Amino acid sequence: MMHSRAATPQEILLPVKPAFIVATLIAALLVNLLPWSGWWLWVRPDFVALVVLYWCIEQPRKIGFTAAWLLGLLMDVADGSLFGQHALAYSILAYAGIVLHRRVQRFSITPQVLHVIPLLLLNDVIVLVIRMLTGADFPGYQYFAGSFVGGALWPALSILLKLPQRPNADPDHV
Amino acid sequence: MEHQPPPFFKTGPTPFARLLIFALLSLALLVADARFKYLDVLRAVAAVIIYPLQRIAGAPASIARRAGEFFVTHSSLREENARLTHENLGNAALLQQLQSLQAENAHLRGLLATRERVNTKSVLAEVLYAARDPFSRKIVVDRGFQQEVKSGQPVIDHAGVVGQVTRVYPWLSEVTLITDKDHLVPVLNVRNGLRAVLAGTGNDSALELRFVPLNADFQNGDRLVTSGIDGVYPPGLPVAEVSNVERNAAFLFARITCKPLAGVNSHAQVLIVSAERDMPQRPPGEEKPVRAKKSRKGG
Repeated sequence: MMHSRAATPQEILLPVKPAFIVATLIAALLVNLLPWSGWWLWVRPDFVALVVLYWCIEQPRKIGFTAAWLLGLLMDVADGSLFGQHALAYSILAYAGIVLHRRVQRFSITPQVLHVIPLLLLNDVIVLVIRMLTGADFPGYQYFAGSFVGGALWPALSILLKLPQRPNADPDHV
Repeated sequence: MEHQPPPFFKTGPTPFARLLIFALLSLALLVADARFKYLDVLRAVAAVIIYPLQRIAGAPASIARRAGEFFVTHSSLREENARLTHENLGNAALLQQLQSLQAENAHLRGLLATRERVNTKSVLAEVLYAARDPFSRKIVVDRGFQQEVKSGQPVIDHAGVVGQVTRVYPWLSEVTLITDKDHLVPVLNVRNGLRAVLAGTGNDSALELRFVPLNADFQNGDRLVTSGIDGVYPPGLPVAEVSNVERNAAFLFARITCKPLAGVNSHAQVLIVSAERDMPQRPPGEEKPVRAKKSRKGG
């Protein structure tokens, strides 16, 4: 199962600092809380979902359900939506990330995106189903655009969040 | 990179077990929130945690706006000043009339021994952000119960009703716009006094009148004001203008589309009105609605 395709030679990174994980999650929450409006609202990916998924794939032993669930609750309050819908969606996202992390880690960045987009779509679909069960209308297919944008941002995010773990010294030295 | 622990290390429950726990917790919260509304305390706690982040996230926009205000040109300021003076003069005349009319009204009502209608106070609030939820139309404003905002208070701008406060946090409150799909406003046609219920559609520039019979007298351009019969909105606030009337005999009701008068989506400041009215007791058995959920037929 894991021998599908070898990625580029693996870099050996420094261990990630828990404080850095917390900082990135808070930053994601902050970006989500920016006053987006108009069509930006449609193409805006759910940054919290994206970063939670990233850490669940990259560091499944350092972050898990509790963080995802609590962030979900905060998003629910900020959005004024039903309590628990984002919490549920993020928990399932975290589960998918943790279960798939070995598989996804073996791929290079581009095929990783193809794993990430369906997971983000799953996240959207969960929220959508809960909203429609509680009486909302289908908001249109543009609702899913954010997930694709999120997938497109994955390579950049992946590089950005690995930066602090890069050793300073010459990589050949390691 | 291999993290699979040998079985003799304790790693706690399996991911699937954890997922079940958290999913059940979330579902319990969902049901508790959707059905029983028990979670206001929890919500308030989370709101306090997230409040600094909300303010920080809103800061760039508000700084940009303030910077923009600082760099306005002299001519545009003068223009605005002239316009405002003009408006002020016009309003002053109306205000003087209003005062005498109010006095007269109070006098007449005293003679007729009817209740005083409204006693309004208002709080100016700044819009922090529009909720990022594509399913609902809500805005978050920077006044909460510390400033004595209460759930259910109507929110207006200079042109008319914007929405209604639906949730209050310590320093913030959530306003559901009249364009929200679940929001209803009882209205009155100014031209002929017909009552109806105006509902949001989820679309920013369209509202619809529900349950209006085909033969009801509504025309394009009719102005709708709040009727005040719900006890939530004070009577007489302008809400919308009829923009399209479609009468199709195949349906029971006429299809009447309206345009909101207030700039529902385009303002930085709104006014939260607290209308203290002496309402007669509600009939027993009817729970007190937070939203104006009434479906009275027009006519």
